[in-house]
Parts: sequence; structure tokens; C-alpha cells
Amino acid sequence: MSVKKLDQAALDRWVDGLIETQKVVGVKAKGDRFAFGELTSSKELRLDYDVTILPPKKFFIPQIEDLLTFQKEEGFQSVLSHEPMVLFGVHPYDVFAISQLDVLFSEKNDDIHYRSRREAITVVASDVQRASDNVFAGCMGTATVDGGYDIMITKINGEYLVDIKTEKGEVLARGLADLSEAADSDLEMRDHIRENNRRNLRKHELRPAVGYLPKLLGETYDHEVWEEKAELCFSCGSCNLVCPTCYCFDVQDDFNWDMSSGKRYRVWDGCMLANFATVAGDHNFREEKAARYRHRYLRKGKYIPEKIGQIGCVGCGRCITACVANIANPVEVYNRLAEGDE
Amino acid sequence: MSGIAAPQTLNEKDIYLPELATVRDVRPMTHLEVFLELALDSGNELGHDPGQFVEVSIPGIGEAPISVSSSPTQKGMFQLVVRNAGNVTRAIHGLSAGEKVGIRGPFGTSFPVEDVMRGKDVLFICGGIGLVPVRSAINYVLHNRQNYRDVSILFGAKQPAERLFTHEIEEWKSRDDVCFHETVDRPDDDWKGNVGVITRLIPKLKFDPLNTICVICGPPVMYKYVILELWWKRMSNDNIYVSLERRMKCGVGKCGHCQINGLYACQDGPVFKFSDVTDVPEAI
Repeated sequence: MSVKKLDQAALDRWVDGLIETQKVVGVKAKGDRFAFGELTSSKELRLDYDVTILPPKKFFIPQIEDLLTFQKEEGFQSVLSHEPMVLFGVHPYDVFAISQLDVLFSEKNDDIHYRSRREAITVVASDVQRASDNVFAGCMGTATVDGGYDIMITKINGEYLVDIKTEKGEVLARGLADLSEAADSDLEMRDHIRENNRRNLRKHELRPAVGYLPKLLGETYDHEVWEEKAELCFSCGSCNLVCPTCYCFDVQDDFNWDMSSGKRYRVWDGCMLANFATVAGDHNFREEKAARYRHRYLRKGKYIPEKIGQIGCVGCGRCITACVANIANPVEVYNRLAEGDE
Repeated sequence: MSGIAAPQTLNEKDIYLPELATVRDVRPMTHLEVFLELALDSGNELGHDPGQFVEVSIPGIGEAPISVSSSPTQKGMFQLVVRNAGNVTRAIHGLSAGEKVGIRGPFGTSFPVEDVMRGKDVLFICGGIGLVPVRSAINYVLHNRQNYRDVSILFGAKQPAERLFTHEIEEWKSRDDVCFHETVDRPDDDWKGNVGVITRLIPKLKFDPLNTICVICGPPVMYKYVILELWWKRMSNDNIYVSLERRMKCGVGKCGHCQINGLYACQDGPVFKFSDVTDVPEAI
């Protein structure tokens, strides 16, 4: 596969060409922040964004996603979406998150609703050009990424390197065939930019090593930090919703007006919400805020690694920004747990 | 059109897709619980092991995890006992014979009736509707009675009117090869049996702790007190199996609702060897 070099005009032409033929979702300005949304013109694309409000997971597991339709007495039928889509401008930490979701939705029991969407999406990643206020991907090993995307775009000296990684990416980059290949000096410059990102995407400095977190969390179950932080928690679930690796969901049914047909759909859910673990008869297995708060950290830092071998936190910092009570900074919590450990 | 290759056809199994089953019999059991007998419309056996559960769908209302109460030795149908406790279970209470529901499963782990319990003394301790899943193991063991040594069953109910499977209890009581004891927390005027919590039945029980496998299922509060009593009898954690209830929403280890620390009740459970969860603080 190859690395092409494009100036701004060539990039715009390429994006506009893609928009003409398929659904292209990219990062756009939303007020003074950024969000993924469908592009109608290359002019909307903002590869200079810092972080999006919501992670791109919403295209893989939509907030509301139909799973089945039913007709009373006749039974249920699967609803699958195969809509081809280009996802443009995904930052490396979010690429890591998508790769984790790929594993989590396929391990043991393959979720074909997830997979049918996933297979129809082409991921065009983008190296970070501007650090967000709370990013700590540099500490999590997710500031740069070597796989899990189809194309990677890196801005160097006002131009763009377009690194085509997969066959899917090659199909998308067909229009670039005549453009020049990146020179070795360009690739060196790219290495330099990535090295800078690994060093600089650290608005919060994690003291314990990432690989040590599962063990640390295993030894601090009764630490006072859980109570301390959770005391201020509103159980609003914002940290869950903005997290690129949170994927818990609830399932609900709706009748159509005929009251005999309808659909079953899943919606995002969050373990910080008060009734997440409530069973029939109103017994709540995680009634205390502190128990829910701790569960979220253990899930990211211990249970997910035990399942897939990777910490379920990619250092995007969205939870820190979203938390109204200012208690959701994972770095603060991990550093606190590690105090006296060094 | 775009140059993107069409996604490959997905005709594999949808883990969320229920199959249809028809209600063959439905009877009220107590003022809270209804008994249902169902058969899959495909004609296939459910294929469950004792202690597993299914997700029961009422189209338009939703899905709920329900323990299978019949033994897999009973062919051609399966039985559920459902407490009226929420939207879906309320709708299940409204079902009549001949109506259809959706079924997914069976899901989860099962009581080790073959690999661990065979050749041993077995002790079943059930509180309230905890008897529902355990009944599948009890009837399995009684169906293959020659493969087990002593069989003891302890059952506790809040009040006499909430006792389940009263006909079967009479049968168990009358058998020479079953030791059955029961108690109620709040007796009525006609009650002549034991009164008090289920743990009170344990000290009187005679069993060989090294060769007894104990199965426990009941309300969340029950487990630790029962296990404490069993410890006084020198029962090892390796010989204790617990069936734990959680909100098994999807049944396939995805939705996250049934997690017990790092374990999924729907996949790693609902039946756990107690020694496997002694370091799992959320378990009991």
C-alpha cells in the first residue's frame, strides 16, 4: 500500500468526490466544539479539531438501533443495516476504541448487528493536529496508532499524507492514483509529528504505568477515593455516554399503531445510572453511588483487560469534560490509587 | 455508485432473535406466581441443562430472563414459573394456552448434576422462588435416583400461601429415598410445620461434608447466612454451588447489566461454584 501526498485543494477535491458517490461522515464544527456528522461539502470537514463531543461509536452502535421487527403470532425478524459509510477524521485514540468494540461485540457470541454496520464502514483516521483540554492519550499509549483503520491522514507543513492501509482504503483512494507519493523526508516528518503527539497529548499525567492498572485496581477495592468522588456524583451517566469504549445497552419494544406489529431496539445505557443493576422486585445490586462509580473504573481498568488484554480507557478525556461534578478524571483516580505505591 | 464492496451477506445466527414457542398449559401457582408449560414451534427440544435460563419475549412488551423449572429428562416441552414482578412478567401472567411467546436460549451455566454430583450426597437449599430453577436439578436427580447417594431438600417460604409445587413437595415428603424439610417465616392458622428462617433447618441435618454437594438458590439476603451454617457443618466452598440472580438483559454477555464484578451472570453464571466467587465481592 502507498502513502500519497496531497495539498489542501487535492484533499478537498477527493473528499468532494467521495461525497458525490456515498455517505461521508466527518468532523464538523458545532458551536465552539466539534461533532461527527454527515458532510455535504469538503469545506465542512475540520481535520484540525481537538476532540468531538461524542465519539464515533454512534455510527457502530447508534444511540437507538432497531434489532428486530415482530408480527404477533408470526414471530421476529432481524433488522440489519449494511449502509456503506466513510468515517472521516477519526483520531488514533478513537481508532483504538473501535478496535476494542470490534473484539467485544464478536468474542464468544458474534453480534451481527454490530458487524454488519462495521463491515460497511471505511475508517479514515487522522493524526491529532490540536490537543484537546483534557486529552491524556499520550499516557495511555493511544496518541498514535498503527492499525485498525483503512486510511490515515497526517498533516505536515500545510499538506496531507494519505497512508492507504487496507484494500477497503485502496478502493476509497482510487481517485488519488495519479498523485505523487510521499518522499522519505515526508515520512520522517510524520514520525516526528507522531513522536510529538505521544509526548504532548498529556494534559493530565498518569503516574502508574498503564499495564499496572489492572493489578492496582485489583488491590484497591476498598480505597476511600470511591466514596470521596462518588459523594459528588449525580448519577447522570454523562461519562458513560461520551466514552468511546462504553457499550452497555438496554433493549426495549415498541408496538406500531396496529398493536400487533412493532420493533425491538437497543438504546445506550450506562452503569452510572441508578437503576442499571436493578432486578424485578426492585432489588438493586449496585444501589450505592460509590459502588457504581467503582464499577465503572474496574470495568475499564480490570474487567475489560481481563477479557481482551487491553485497558478499556483510551485517554480521550471526554469524561473529564462532560462531568458536571468534576469527578470523572481517570488520571486523578489512578494516581490517587497508586499513591504510596511508588 | 460507490466503489465500496458490498458487505458480505450475513446469514449467520442473530443472537437476539427469538424463536417461537406455544403455551401448552398455564396455571396460577400462588397469588404471585404462574406456572407455564411451553413447547418450541420448531418441534425441537429446548436442550437445556438443569439451572439454565431462557429469555422470554412478549412482542411489544419486552424480554425477561426466566429459569427453566423442568428437568431435561422431561421431553417434548419445558416448564417455567414466573413471578409477576414487572412489565414482561405481568404480560406473561396474562397468557392463555395456545398463545405464542418468543424464546432465546437456554443460556448460562448449570448445576453439575453429572460431572460433580453423580455418586455423591446432594443437598438442595431453596428459598422462595429459588425452588424454581433448583427443581430442574431435583427432578433430574430423582429421575436418575440410582446415580446419587442421599438426597436432601430444604425449602423455606415466607408464608404457607407462597409455597410452590405443593403436590411435588408432598411426593418428595412421601419418598423414602428423599429427606425433605421445610419451614415458613410467617405461619397461618393451619400451618403445623417448622416456623422460622431456612438456616434453622441446617443444624438438624445429618450429612457427610466431604461427600456432599450443596446447591443454594434464594433471595439475595439468604446466601451468606446459609453458607455460614454450612461452614459450621464443615462444608467446603468447593462443594457449594450457588445460583445468582442478576438483570440478564441480553443473555449473551454484551449488554453489561448482569455483571458481578468482572463476571457475567448470564454467561459465567447463573450457577457458580462458591469457591470461584469467594473473591468476587459483589457476588453475595
